[in-house]
Amino acid sequence: MIPAQVSYVRATSVEQTLELLAEHGDDAKVLAGGHSLLPLMKFRFAAPEVLVDIAPLDELRYVRESGEEIAIGALTRYRDLHANEILRAHAPLLAEVAGAIGDPQVRNRGTIGGSLAHADPAADLPAAALASDAVFVVRGPEGEREIAAEDFFLGPFTTPLEPDELLVEIRVPKLTGVGWGFEKFNRRAIDWAIVGVTAVGSSIALINMGGSPIRAHAAEQALADGASPAEAGALAAEDTNPADEPHASADYRRHLARVLTTRALAKVAGEWPAGLH
Amino acid sequence: MSVVGTRVVRIEDHKLITSGGDYVDDLRDPLLTGAVHAMFVRSPLAHARISAIDTSAARELTGVVGVFTAEDVPGMDGPLAEPWLAVDTVRYVGEPVALVLTEQRYQLADAAELIDIDYDPLPAVIGYESALAGETLLFEGTDTNVCGTQGEPEAVTGAFDDCEVVVTETIVNQRVAPAPLEVRGASCAWGPDGRLTMWLSTQNAQIARGFLAARLGVAEERIRVIAPDVGGGFGAKIGADPEAAVLGWAAREVARPVRWIESRSENLTSMTHGRGQRQTITIGGSKDGRVGAYRLDLVQDAGAYPRLAAELLPSFTGLMSTGVYAFPTVEFASRSVLTNTTPIAAYRGAGRPEATAAVERAMDLFAARIGMDPADVRRINFIRPNEFPYRTPGGANYDSGEYEEALDRVLAAADYPALRAEQARRRAEGDVVALGIGVSTYVEVTANGGGGESGKVVIHRDGSVTAYTGSSPHGQGLASTLAMLLSDQLGVPMGRITVRHGDTDEIPRAIGTFGSRSLQQGGSAIKQAADKVIDAARELAADLLEANPDDLELDEGQWQVRGAPSAAGATWAQVAERAEGGELSADLWFSDGDATFPFGAQLAVVEVDTETGKVVLRRIIALDDAGPIMNPLTFAGQRHGGLAQGSAQAMLEVMDYDADGNPTTATLADYSFITATDLPDFELLEMATPTDRNPLGVKGIGEAATIGSTPAVQSAVVDALAHLGVRHLDMPTTPIRVWNAINAAKEVR
Amino acid sequence: MRVGIEVNGKQTTEDVEDRTLLVHHLRDVLGLTATNVGCDTTSCGACTVLLDGEAVKSCTVLAAQADGHAVTTLEGLTDPDGGDLHPMQRAFREQHGLQCGFCTPGMIMASVSLLRDNPKPSRDEVRHALEGNLCRCTGYHNIVNAVMDASGQEVQA
Repeated sequence: MIPAQVSYVRATSVEQTLELLAEHGDDAKVLAGGHSLLPLMKFRFAAPEVLVDIAPLDELRYVRESGEEIAIGALTRYRDLHANEILRAHAPLLAEVAGAIGDPQVRNRGTIGGSLAHADPAADLPAAALASDAVFVVRGPEGEREIAAEDFFLGPFTTPLEPDELLVEIRVPKLTGVGWGFEKFNRRAIDWAIVGVTAVGSSIALINMGGSPIRAHAAEQALADGASPAEAGALAAEDTNPADEPHASADYRRHLARVLTTRALAKVAGEWPAGLH
Repeated sequence: MSVVGTRVVRIEDHKLITSGGDYVDDLRDPLLTGAVHAMFVRSPLAHARISAIDTSAARELTGVVGVFTAEDVPGMDGPLAEPWLAVDTVRYVGEPVALVLTEQRYQLADAAELIDIDYDPLPAVIGYESALAGETLLFEGTDTNVCGTQGEPEAVTGAFDDCEVVVTETIVNQRVAPAPLEVRGASCAWGPDGRLTMWLSTQNAQIARGFLAARLGVAEERIRVIAPDVGGGFGAKIGADPEAAVLGWAAREVARPVRWIESRSENLTSMTHGRGQRQTITIGGSKDGRVGAYRLDLVQDAGAYPRLAAELLPSFTGLMSTGVYAFPTVEFASRSVLTNTTPIAAYRGAGRPEATAAVERAMDLFAARIGMDPADVRRINFIRPNEFPYRTPGGANYDSGEYEEALDRVLAAADYPALRAEQARRRAEGDVVALGIGVSTYVEVTANGGGGESGKVVIHRDGSVTAYTGSSPHGQGLASTLAMLLSDQLGVPMGRITVRHGDTDEIPRAIGTFGSRSLQQGGSAIKQAADKVIDAARELAADLLEANPDDLELDEGQWQVRGAPSAAGATWAQVAERAEGGELSADLWFSDGDATFPFGAQLAVVEVDTETGKVVLRRIIALDDAGPIMNPLTFAGQRHGGLAQGSAQAMLEVMDYDADGNPTTATLADYSFITATDLPDFELLEMATPTDRNPLGVKGIGEAATIGSTPAVQSAVVDALAHLGVRHLDMPTTPIRVWNAINAAKEVR
Repeated sequence: MRVGIEVNGKQTTEDVEDRTLLVHHLRDVLGLTATNVGCDTTSCGACTVLLDGEAVKSCTVLAAQADGHAVTTLEGLTDPDGGDLHPMQRAFREQHGLQCGFCTPGMIMASVSLLRDNPKPSRDEVRHALEGNLCRCTGYHNIVNAVMDASGQEVQA
């Protein structure tokens, strides 16, 4: 499987990247780690004319504290998120989720910005960002704008990013010492989640329970009203619209969302949940 | 000092771990200089008429050397014939329709995109019921999709009339993909001498040569097939597939060498699949655990064209249908049906795993019905050690077996009572994670039909040895095993022994590797050839040492006069020097071997998350008895791989289609190929019961562990859910199936 | 485009199509055929090489992306002048961690990468670190043994 012909351009700066994107519009695609885009190109599901490789932009590779927030450069790789001490201390959910994506080789290449901008409903990081109330910093020809995670995931592979815009930074509030839970259900460790749950404090976001990662609002509300993990978990599938497939029916996915949310919330509460680990 | 029976690291490995193997796509032979690259354009539909093919745009693309369709290549006659390239009708997703040749590999996909094929879809025949109903037929001019029948399908006989208890169940042994890590590939060139040389990723170069000769209409002598390093076969690389003939034809047509390697996604829909049986099992007997009658009535999915699944695979299932048990009355029937899916052929076990899975499931169901421990029911019905040789109702002639001993050892090693106690504890406490214990006992047939094999041993002037085997190892480590045998027999160090295989010019007559036959057949051939060399050498050495041949002995590679150890002896080099041409050689066809019947017992322990349905294999304890062990290292390796593939079928793998015949598991992202995290460390027990069916006294080990592990793991999953009312679960035991089964059982209760 | 990559310690410079995948660059342009292709979905890991010392699947990296970087393939683990085997190569042979050999180059490179990150992994950690490398022959048992052996730890019969 070979990609269609494409012109490869290496970015030298964010500014130059934005100029290239402005010039080529829809014909260009940003290449970061390439682990979402290149597989699509090999099957010719994607066939951009121009690839702008932003990997050389070291200025987008960082995790740093910024007041009550943590700022993460868009090019930070899963591997580096997983090992990062700042994240482990203040946003451990993100670190943990990053360590469960794909396999080690994928984690050596995949980037947080790439995953979020790709907006695959089965991906783990978008849900984790949503549960963490992340804010995405986007640069475009008009300058910089911020988009809250809850406004970012519009549908399968759909975000408000314009073709001439670049996701440059992800900001998450410090959640030091706040309980969190992550339950990813798949058949093999390397598989995408059939359903996943990310929870931190009283925020819950679901993986693969619809066209984009979604907050489990009913469960969150119940939790806020003092419900137990099991009581809140029972509401996790409210207002979801999961895919109905032979290997995972919609009913089964809703059931999994309830079970996994209950378990994730038990971890949030510092309990050791039932089930296989 | 004997090396046979000791742990010897493989002579094959050095290259594989330093520069990598020489697989077909790695070859840079001068004959292939200037080769064009080939790609098959394949049907995206399961069943359709081809209304038009427009190749003009592709032909105009820079680098395109040729585009060929059914119009160009020879046709095939006869009912149900599988064409070289699809003629008028496509019958499965992945069927080759056109061949593209380009100068550069990267131009292939560009050119293929430009080939415009119009299809008029037809209703697809998917699934056993649809195939049997025959409302849609795969082939015009026929009145049924049934392409093979054995016994009396759906017959109602009096076999179970005297049984106190009769249990029946219809189960599915699902279609799986062999998925060797190296996909299919070939390179070929016609030489100036008019001979075709083809490097082919195959288990049987000589069978492939015969196939190519027939299809291309040339004498076998004008074709040389070479199996280079082959990255796994598992039965799916037996001989040659139709694509190979198209490539040989195309190379002649464009007068250029041709290189072909398929993609994995092509491989998963275009290389033959394995298994694919719907089995109706009926078992009856008395409440004290004795089985009186067993019936297996199956429907074999053959796929779109009748390859091995039309007759051969179900006949193996019938042959082995009663397994390790002495059942008084046995009935077997099968129908093979055509469906709009990838053709089914051999896969690690080829018909025998299906037999074992069926009878082991039957024993479990019977045990559950009469409320007896499944291990005890098996023990009551085993064929006893003093009953061998044992002729089964299916027609097999078992050589030797210690079935109860095998089971006892496995149960002891697993501490079966402790496992049952732990299971009971969890059930009593309402643990979310249920424990399941599955036991299987099995026997299988290896080197079925005998068949023979070629073997040639040459002692060179310098005392080094070359062996030529008709077997065609591709990962099994047979070259090392043969070198060990020869080292012992000839007294020559392994480092001075070379083992050659897989080249039809070097080894004109051979059968090759399948059905766990290599050591028994190819090994015996090498042993006999070495014996013959020793006989000839004895005469020469006698001349050399001026002694009576009968007074000579071969000691550590030296010919000595018996009783005179201090006297100067003769080396192999000296003896070979005296032979005609300075080389001692023996070449023969071994034909004295007959089928052997390895057996064993396995126990699997699984945990099942009863809330999510997730299954985790925690332990697998296996005793696989294949007679005397030549090299414990590679013997264990064969078992490890078998356990993994057998467990994979039970838990994970299925080649699936939607109702329209679109494969839903056609990439390695979707096909649940088993990974390192899905398996525990294996616990192996040893037992070695010899056979008298070949000179080495050995049985085959290539498929045995696969056959034993599938039912063990499946049984463990069902056992984990037994207290919830689940009595059967088809494979693979996916989470959603487990969840559905638990829910269904709840509704019944 | 012109791509310059340090491969196994030697600088290489070649003109290739922009779309060239690193694995094809290594195999078809540079003639280093140990690295294999086993799938088209970044699943099997047979194409694993080290890129700046880290394991990557070279079927999902463009040669262009590796421009200016260093790649190590299986061929680069041993001294080209016939030097000693790398401990991981030796351990794979000693523990029978390979059968057909097709997954082996990728498996060895992934294992080398693992021990750089985690010099004394548990068996379970080895299994997880190799989850992106598929093997059809060995059932992984002896591959885990090989990595344990290479890291100076006990193996399991």
